[in-house]
Amino acid sequence: MQSATQHLSWTKPLTPPAVVLPLKTGIITGLLAIYSAAVGILKLFFERDVIVDTLTLGDLFLATLAACCGAYVWRKSTQAGHIRAAQAFAAGLIAGLILVGLVVAVTQLNLRWMFTALSADLSRTLTYKQGALAGSLMIIAASMSAALCGALLMSMSDSLRRSLLWSMACVLIAGVFQELIQISLRFGGAVAAIRELLYVWGGLTVQGAAIVFFFAFVVLQALDARKRRGAATTLKSPAPKARSQLASALLLIAVLIAFPLVAGSYIGQVMMLVSLFVLMGMGLNIEVGLAGLLDMGFVAFFAVGAYTIALLTADSEYALAQDTFLPSLNFWSALPFAVLAATLVGVLFGLPVLSVKGDYLAVATLGLGEIVRVLVISDAAKPVLGGAQGILQIPKPHIGSFELADPVSLFYLTLVFVLVAAYIAWRLEGSRLGRAWMAIRDDEDVAQALGINLVQSKLLAYGLGAAFAGLAGAIFATMLTSVYPHSFSLLISINVLALLIVGGMGSLPGVIVGAILLIGLPEVLREFDEYRYLFYGALLIVVMRVRPEGLWPSPQRKRELRAAEKG
Amino acid sequence: MMTATNVLPERRARWRISFSAATSWVLRISIALILVAGVVGSILKDRYSADQWFDLVAFGITIGSVYALIALGYTMVYGVLRLINFAHGDIMMAGSFAGFFIAASMERSGFLDQHPVLAFAAMLAVAMLVSAGIAVLTERFAYRPFRHVRGLAPLICAIGVSFFLQQSFRGFFGAGLRSYPDPVWLRAPVSLFEFNVPAVQVLVVASAIVVMLVLYLIVHKTKMGTAMRAVSEDVETATLMGIDVNRVVTFTFALGGAVGGVAGVFYGLVFKQVYFFMGFTPGIKAFGAAVLGGIGNVPGAMIGGIFLGICESLAPALLLDGLGIPAPYQMRDLIAFTLLIAVLIFRPYGIFGERLAGKRG
Repeated sequence: MQSATQHLSWTKPLTPPAVVLPLKTGIITGLLAIYSAAVGILKLFFERDVIVDTLTLGDLFLATLAACCGAYVWRKSTQAGHIRAAQAFAAGLIAGLILVGLVVAVTQLNLRWMFTALSADLSRTLTYKQGALAGSLMIIAASMSAALCGALLMSMSDSLRRSLLWSMACVLIAGVFQELIQISLRFGGAVAAIRELLYVWGGLTVQGAAIVFFFAFVVLQALDARKRRGAATTLKSPAPKARSQLASALLLIAVLIAFPLVAGSYIGQVMMLVSLFVLMGMGLNIEVGLAGLLDMGFVAFFAVGAYTIALLTADSEYALAQDTFLPSLNFWSALPFAVLAATLVGVLFGLPVLSVKGDYLAVATLGLGEIVRVLVISDAAKPVLGGAQGILQIPKPHIGSFELADPVSLFYLTLVFVLVAAYIAWRLEGSRLGRAWMAIRDDEDVAQALGINLVQSKLLAYGLGAAFAGLAGAIFATMLTSVYPHSFSLLISINVLALLIVGGMGSLPGVIVGAILLIGLPEVLREFDEYRYLFYGALLIVVMRVRPEGLWPSPQRKRELRAAEKG
Repeated sequence: MMTATNVLPERRARWRISFSAATSWVLRISIALILVAGVVGSILKDRYSADQWFDLVAFGITIGSVYALIALGYTMVYGVLRLINFAHGDIMMAGSFAGFFIAASMERSGFLDQHPVLAFAAMLAVAMLVSAGIAVLTERFAYRPFRHVRGLAPLICAIGVSFFLQQSFRGFFGAGLRSYPDPVWLRAPVSLFEFNVPAVQVLVVASAIVVMLVLYLIVHKTKMGTAMRAVSEDVETATLMGIDVNRVVTFTFALGGAVGGVAGVFYGLVFKQVYFFMGFTPGIKAFGAAVLGGIGNVPGAMIGGIFLGICESLAPALLLDGLGIPAPYQMRDLIAFTLLIAVLIFRPYGIFGERLAGKRG
């Protein structure tokens, strides 16, 4: 204790906080920049234009980092205005110096044999192809001015800052997703005129960016002003809110139906995947979100659904019709069996781990999932399941004589299933069973004492959750027209778990938001695919730290977390 | 559970208990039957020679001592924080990479072949430093904010950390396999009880024993070790006694990470390769070993690890072959995972019991 106070008393005058804060923030920012370079994502950022030939995503990323650094310093500092600005400036300088250090290290040392991403090419890009000295000065200048801009943003009024940031975000979206937007705007007439105003073939133009920015800014300011006036006069009554919720849900469905027709089959494919994961997310939501059973072997049920469809319908040597009395079924008649098989496996899966709780349950289910995978790949199961080569030639579903072959029509099929499943999930949540699950989630012992049948409820949670995944697996198999054991790795379980957590556990809209963010976005940004799980990992940590209830939590969960915080 | 049935003598309640018990007994009996059938079948087949059996046991002990080292990290962290450090396997992977880069650069300069002892020490030292550093950073930024949070949040965060580390290393060092240097002094066979064993295995087992002894002494004889045990016994009382819990936790992570780093180097030396996903499976298996030995129990983790290694190495030949399963060596992971689940179901408190009588969950 004594040494601690001594320590304080002599450090205080040596390093005043006015220096410590920018130093610390600058170093962390610099290290983040170095991390992004070493992990290789910065290089990919530099290859993607936001504004054609003017601004790449890489520039924007580094500038945002520096701006955040400046903004953080401005916010945390307790000094007078001009000193704060100087502090932000200094933080930017330090971050820039660290980045310059990286450039020097990359050019002087051969780091390539260790860090695959740190090539001479990268340092050339970082220095704007201006050579070492001029480039380094440019880095430092850019970093300092970005930090200053960040500080400046923080000094503005809330409404102005929000509008500015959102307008910039709009430009970013318009730039990064230019391909998609251009495809959606490919129709003639007035729409084409808008497209030509904003875009050239390669992407957003400077003029286009400016237009998007000002348009978004004006709209946001106007909205903001209206809102402020509205807030001053009346409070919304609750009754129209429920109606507007229903209306917005219907609108959402209408948009979902229309969008792939406008945006083409690629988007159809992406939306198809997203809806598959929504289906699985709703299944896992029953297990994790409602019943509190953290299941990391969820992919096993998905696999069971897919393999059941394959065995019952495929036109291959492994099909059951080949060597048993069973007839070869079509998709529709095989589907109930797939769902049933998944449910059954879910119950069987749940049986041994009934008494396992909490963290141990996660590891046990992870082990079970891995066992299923090892079994499917192994030579022992090869005569039945086809081993690593999988089962091929699964037919697509037919309606009458119409084959649901292309992704867009399969998307509609999945959407129908999602709607049905969502209805079931929603009804389950409010049912006696749903409340029993929530009671188990909150406290197993109390739930048992209240007369809830733990065995039955838990097995139902596993079985019903598995049914959703089995359905998704069945559609997945017919979408790919083949099943391979490698499609069913642990990563799928992690995907579903992550989307559930990011969206908000126990919340249906949360599942959709999570699936769009975690499945749809990486599909659209294909070149970053390698970094998908890095992003997931970071996102899981950040969400758990900053917003543990998820992006779109269920109202009840939100209340609980609030109450826990207060109490 | 038992008292509940006494108080409420309802039919349904009784049925519920008997249902759980019945499933667990069915499981137990079927596992026992499979075991007996497999072993008898293998013995009747008599396919392997004494040499081969010895090789299998020796390999089992080698890989088992690596598992034991990883399990120590789980056990110590769990003992102090009641947290499954899901990322521990990846911390081991980081150590493996660190050792690899040191070894590879020493191999280029020829140092690795000329000074085996120094080179080996350098690999271990760097791996320990890197792993301990990463473990401490992880604790500081990812686990400390969850110190007092109950429920799933800490575990989910740990899963996030695991993926973050894995994928970062993939980004840093590429997605491909890199093969570990294999100097002559590791390849030379050593004769042991009339059998020949590769030097790597002898080295790994011997050094693992040394590391475990040192660790045991640290935990049981030093002041910091005493503080660790006090914190794992009861955090609040330990705080009242003037123990700085944060320091103890940091120390625990550093210690566990360092031992994990050693395990990483050994794992690399035994399997001769490193890649970003290598930590995951051994991590899960070692967690099973830690539970088997009674989580929080340091000597238990060592024994659990070696037991798991031997099971995993022997079972394909001793058990699966007898059941007539083709290519039994593909099923090695299956054995380990089955053991893991069986332990979690039947003996979640381990063979020797948890060292610390705390309520889990």
